[in-house]
Amino acid sequence: MPISVKTCTGIEEAARTLAGSRSARLFGGGTLVMRALNEGTQEFDTLVRVSDPALRQVKPEGDRITIGAAVTMAEVMANRDLGFLAPVARTIGGPAVRSAATVGGNLFAASPYGDVTVALLALDGMVTLAGAARPVSLEDFLKVRDREPRTVVAAVTILRPRDAQAFRFRKVSRVKPKGISVMSIAAYLPLSGGRITGARVAYGAMGPTPLRAKAVERALEGRSLDAAGIAAALAAATEGLDPPTDALASSWYRREVAPVHLRRVLLDEAP
Amino acid sequence: MARKPIEFRHNGREQAAFVEEGANLLDVLRRGIGDFAPKYGCGQGTCGCCTVLVDGAPHLACLTLAESVAGRVVETASGLAKGTELHPLQQAFMDHFAAQCGYCTPGMLMAAKVLLDQNPAPSRLDVVEALAGNICRCTGYEPIITAVLDAASRLTGRRSA
Repeated sequence: MPISVKTCTGIEEAARTLAGSRSARLFGGGTLVMRALNEGTQEFDTLVRVSDPALRQVKPEGDRITIGAAVTMAEVMANRDLGFLAPVARTIGGPAVRSAATVGGNLFAASPYGDVTVALLALDGMVTLAGAARPVSLEDFLKVRDREPRTVVAAVTILRPRDAQAFRFRKVSRVKPKGISVMSIAAYLPLSGGRITGARVAYGAMGPTPLRAKAVERALEGRSLDAAGIAAALAAATEGLDPPTDALASSWYRREVAPVHLRRVLLDEAP
Repeated sequence: MARKPIEFRHNGREQAAFVEEGANLLDVLRRGIGDFAPKYGCGQGTCGCCTVLVDGAPHLACLTLAESVAGRVVETASGLAKGTELHPLQQAFMDHFAAQCGYCTPGMLMAAKVLLDQNPAPSRLDVVEALAGNICRCTGYEPIITAVLDAASRLTGRRSA
């Protein structure tokens, strides 16, 4: 199929172009779209590129930080303000994938990919969409993303963890250092007076999209990370979840090992 | 099919090419301008044997939109040697028998070059991390890692000499 490429200077122009054509896709870093093209996809025949430098910006604002959709994994790792996300970005592909793959693109990565999105979900990610008056929560965005592949993401805004201990991330893969997720777990566990307030825990590869482990969050709320608090969280580790079976692990296996890995996250053991 | 003219720097020389819209860089390098060093492995960004440098950063040519390199600097394994003098990485790969079938070698070399450009004295773990995106089907990773470490010490030795 002949492919056409349109380059837009602004994000609104790109959004209009995409809205006008079902067979158009936004071209970000290329690790998803080019891959589909090389496979001979028939789903799209038009690529829309955006050259707006604003999409590559990282802006800290108070207790939150905004990451432009076109910021690459390599740029996340090199950015001082994003030090807490560097270990997460490092789990994406190898170095060559990381110089192309973008934060915005990761929001669209099908399971079991999308490990960065798991971290953004635990950090209360809010997604700024082109042409939308207000940001939407990442959680709501993920519910509709597969139905709306032509959505243009401008940026994601997340919490900056108050201290390094408050944010934890673990990617479980069989191959090191570069393997696909059996699961990934991100947790934001801010302590006040030794008790967790506002726990946010997210899983990757445990459902059709990255998702929040709400039962775990409820179990942790107001508790401390002692034996009893951790036991309560582990009891709720897979409550309400229906993990997928794929080439890497069965649903049964994911269910069995989720508490093991969640425990390591809560104990903050080195990965 | 629409073709776009682009110009970029290829292994130190100015290069012009007509690229089909949506063509990937690997196709343009191999079929367009006859640089057969980068190899087509998976077309999925999984194997790394098409690794090239764009403005000094490692990129998978099979996932790179060809027209996006217009005005940029592209380096491939064919540009490593200076005439008949091999690059220290190539020499070390030879000395340590780090190429078996050789298909992954051009990608390995470029991934290793990025590492040594950024970190002249890498640890073994740094090398493993840097080559994580490059798969060797012969599973000959040990000699490759040894070769990269040896090339690093040859390069730093040369610098301090």
